[in-house]
Amino acid sequence: MSDVPALLVALPILASVLALLVGQWRPRAAWAVAFLGTAVQVGAAGLLAARVLGGETVRYAVGDFAAPYGIELVVDGLSASVALLVAVVAFGVLLYSRVAGPREPAFHAQYLLLVAGLSGMSVTGDVFNLYVFLEITGLAAYALVASGESGRAAVGALKYLLIGTVGASLYLLGVGYAFIVTGTLNMADMAGTLGSEIAYTHPAVLTAFALVVTGLAVKSAVFPLHTWQPEAYASAPDGVSAFISALVSTVSAYAIARVIVSVFTVEFFRANPVAQDLVVGIAGLSVVAGSVLAVTQTEVKRMLAYSSVSQFGLVVAAFAIATERAVTGGTVHLIGHAVMKGGLFLAAGAVAAATGARYVSEYRGLASRRPFLAGAVAVLALAMVGVPPAVGFVGKWYIALAAVEAGWWFIAAVILSSTLLTLAYFARLVERMYFASAPTAAAGTADAVGATPDAAVADGSGETAEAERPGTPDRVTPGVVALVVAVAVLSVALGFAATDFAQLLRPTLPELLAP
Amino acid sequence: MIDLLLTRYNYVAVVLLLGVGTYMLIENANLVKKVIGMNVFQTGIFLFFITAAYAEGAGPPLVGHGGPYVSPLPHVLILTAIVVGVSLTAVALALVVRIYAEYGTLDEDVLREVRADE
Repeated sequence: MSDVPALLVALPILASVLALLVGQWRPRAAWAVAFLGTAVQVGAAGLLAARVLGGETVRYAVGDFAAPYGIELVVDGLSASVALLVAVVAFGVLLYSRVAGPREPAFHAQYLLLVAGLSGMSVTGDVFNLYVFLEITGLAAYALVASGESGRAAVGALKYLLIGTVGASLYLLGVGYAFIVTGTLNMADMAGTLGSEIAYTHPAVLTAFALVVTGLAVKSAVFPLHTWQPEAYASAPDGVSAFISALVSTVSAYAIARVIVSVFTVEFFRANPVAQDLVVGIAGLSVVAGSVLAVTQTEVKRMLAYSSVSQFGLVVAAFAIATERAVTGGTVHLIGHAVMKGGLFLAAGAVAAATGARYVSEYRGLASRRPFLAGAVAVLALAMVGVPPAVGFVGKWYIALAAVEAGWWFIAAVILSSTLLTLAYFARLVERMYFASAPTAAAGTADAVGATPDAAVADGSGETAEAERPGTPDRVTPGVVALVVAVAVLSVALGFAATDFAQLLRPTLPELLAP
Repeated sequence: MIDLLLTRYNYVAVVLLLGVGTYMLIENANLVKKVIGMNVFQTGIFLFFITAAYAEGAGPPLVGHGGPYVSPLPHVLILTAIVVGVSLTAVALALVVRIYAEYGTLDEDVLREVRADE
């Protein structure tokens, strides 16, 4: 039972190799291996979460080397929730990719490798080990983005790789500074040394904090470090965008939380209020800038990508406020965002497969042509805006409440204004689907190609991808529609479960946030 | 100040490598040179760790050698980081090959013009 944390990492790696080997013999079997692998992963993560959410912490010394010297895997309520999220989303997106592809064995091998990297990042208790998993995650994600057929995917992936590598390298440099002053890599050990033997205001500690947080902020695409993200999400195959948008940035944001609460601890913020002001300030800027940029987009996937920039600003701000309620809100919003955004990308992929629509203007009259898909998109979009009782509301509510309690009025104002901006870009989509008349069948295709952009301003790279529009409509199966609708229902159901989930986190958080 | 630069020249090299690498990565239009810039940047970090492990007059950490020893842990970490760096370079170069096959150019500016017509 105590070996489960190690299995969470080892199992997907094993399945990844197996999928590649089996795929050489029979390509379709690779999917079955991935299916079994992720199903077992869901079971293992669920088992672990059930045990840990009571308040217990599971520790596993890798290779039986005792804690401060060897690598330790530590699973508490927070990490178990993220590990379970990774497993469930991986399972769900895999169901989608069976229909929508890509179907090569290499794709499934990379997919499982990404699951291994993400699970590793969630359970590790060692800062250097976190770097290694960060890079495994990165490598698998770059390759997955590039698995799209167009040249656009390769360019998007290279941009992602160059910027992502700099982010991970900055993190490594920060780990170097922290290691030099503390002499340890174990998170708990490092937290014990900081503040007692080494003052929080030591220049090397401050440098380490700045580099580590900046590096992870690049990976979770917080403004102004987000530039890789829209192109990577928009150019990747639809299933991959859903998976990456739901998980890669999410787990990086979790890593920021872990570094803040478990390594530097809230005491660090108390000793250096400027550091906290900076992190919260940049996160708040990210919320507003991400929303504004999302409003100016014409391509649906790019709009969703910029929306993520905004939502991750919110999550990072919550973790940096670092009160119990704020961290609860951050975690709820992290998980809720993963479900909602993953669902929206799946829905966008299904709409594109069914009607060829990839631009906001092409969603005109979708409700009459594809009622279920349009309904799911509308529900997910409104959940994202934060309409109660959906999960998007609960997360924002906790964060706003915590911000007011801790005296961060600026963040409370930012949350309110960002909700309005989120409404602005999603209302545009919903209005097109329900209240604009559908184009006639003949005009549909001609009109779509010369679609008038909804906004005059596009972002820096500003290119359009008309050439890659898939020409085969009606490829969407009832199973995919059912999956998308299920995610939409889940996003509302999670809203009801969120308060119970917050209760489950209660035993974990005070221990982490204890002064 | 001069004294500090002369006794800590390794750290000066680290800063130079980081700066040169970042500059190449951002400013150079050639995609392959961008990847090389990424490598130079990472090399700066490797040197930083290795320098931190060094102790004046210390020997390698072998049994029977007698102390003091240099710290072996950063060497091990960097060995791992080098492996990661090589894999990243491999993936990056594979992507560059694909971009060249698709668009027939390695120049970022030309690439932007070609893709604007897509």
